[in-house]
Amino acid sequence: MRDVARPSARSDPERPAAPPAASERVVLDDTAIRRALVRIAHEIVERNDSIDRLYLVAIPNGGVPLARQLADNLREIAGLELPVGVLDTTLYRDDLAGSGERPPLRRTEMPSAVDDRVVVLVDDVANTGRTIRAAMDALMDFGRPRGVQVVALVDRGHRELPIRIDFVGKNIPTHAREQVVLRGREGGLEGPLEVVVASPSERGVGA
Amino acid sequence: MMGRDLLGIEDLERADIERILETAERMQEVGLRDVKKVPTLRGRTIVNLFFESSTRTRTSFEIAGKRLSADVVNFSPSSSSLKKEESILDTARVLDAMAPDAVVVRHAVAGVPKRIADVLGAPVINAGDGAHEHPTQALLDLLTVLQEKGRIDGLTVAIVGDILHSRVARSNIYAFTKLGAEVRVAAPPTMIPAAVETLGVKAFASLREALDGADVVMMLRIQRERLAGAYVPSIREYSATFGLDRTKLRYAKDDAIVMHPGPVNRGVEIAHDLADGRPSVILDQVRNGVALRMAVLYLLAGRRSPAQEG
Repeated sequence: MRDVARPSARSDPERPAAPPAASERVVLDDTAIRRALVRIAHEIVERNDSIDRLYLVAIPNGGVPLARQLADNLREIAGLELPVGVLDTTLYRDDLAGSGERPPLRRTEMPSAVDDRVVVLVDDVANTGRTIRAAMDALMDFGRPRGVQVVALVDRGHRELPIRIDFVGKNIPTHAREQVVLRGREGGLEGPLEVVVASPSERGVGA
Repeated sequence: MMGRDLLGIEDLERADIERILETAERMQEVGLRDVKKVPTLRGRTIVNLFFESSTRTRTSFEIAGKRLSADVVNFSPSSSSLKKEESILDTARVLDAMAPDAVVVRHAVAGVPKRIADVLGAPVINAGDGAHEHPTQALLDLLTVLQEKGRIDGLTVAIVGDILHSRVARSNIYAFTKLGAEVRVAAPPTMIPAAVETLGVKAFASLREALDGADVVMMLRIQRERLAGAYVPSIREYSATFGLDRTKLRYAKDDAIVMHPGPVNRGVEIAHDLADGRPSVILDQVRNGVALRMAVLYLLAGRRSPAQEG
């Protein structure tokens, strides 16, 4: 599988969320994820003056259940009914020049205009910053947001572009070779979620 | 998975077809945006090499390429000056030296896209070769039926018209049978290839029998010049027997859809009032053609792997 460069969980039910690994540890369980999303919802309210202009935009697949959860939390905290969009970044990736197989496209669904909205991008795992760069370019094709902020449940921190994550669930220092994956217990992204760090097996190294 | 080129549906696995269709469904969203352009193929060059003119197909590929930000160059040598295979391949080699990332080929002779693919470094997409194949047409037809019916598996598809000379029919026979549909063909016996049943279809000399219980009725364009006595007595007789109107459509299922690859000979293969609007989905086919070709270009353009044998 060629998806090592973008270690995000997939909702494809036929595919296990992570390749077999020599070792795997859970760094966030469902309770911790829920707690982090409640805290982030409070921070979003605190950080923004006109919270009624917010627009949550999930980066699929991992961002989708997280954005849904954040929208629920913001409804409870501030009584807001915010639009939730889904924005696939694949067509904006900077690594499509290779000769390999093209990555599958995911769903894009933007129910509201982004003009004059403060868009909060929601991703599961931030690392190099390349996905966020792609998401910002994609967003601009939909209009002119008043501002863009970024939520990441996990920040691995191996940034390659000058991109800042505004709201972080948990900083998790990892080796570049490790994979960090958000997944449901059943393999998809339904039900209780967890974040696992998987170290490649010896055979997997350099493969 | 899929090879480097798209030369025909015959070469594709079911999984390849499904992957192209899934990609095309995603591409449709781009066409609904205000800014209908994504940067995916920026800096890549797509050559439309059309030895046989076809404004519709060429334009569809051109819009598809441009929506993906590729530079699209149209090259239409007059086919009269390029009858010999050597000069066709010379043209292809000259183009190849300009390092395109994909070449879309249409030619009146079956097999030319394959011959060109053999000498080119770039992926070749067949946009119709003789009576052989027209793979992107069949794929956009699948996409259209999928949207209308929600499935292909188990559907009954009747293809009506000059099956013998039709690359659209051939590609659609492969496409729909590979995805589990029952395919019937209907035409005067002179227009049905001898061994058509080896392709897994049932042949009918009666339109009524072919349409009985059909979910999809696909009408083919009749080339008027072919009708001048050699295959059927007259256009009027063909139209009376195999032309589709609302009365004959009643033989099919109540919710049957009518398709046509275009351009339509109104009043010949389809009655005037049946060509526009429901249950005809002819303009949906055109619309889906752009998304489908975007998907094919996305999956193939720029993938310059060394010639894959096997």
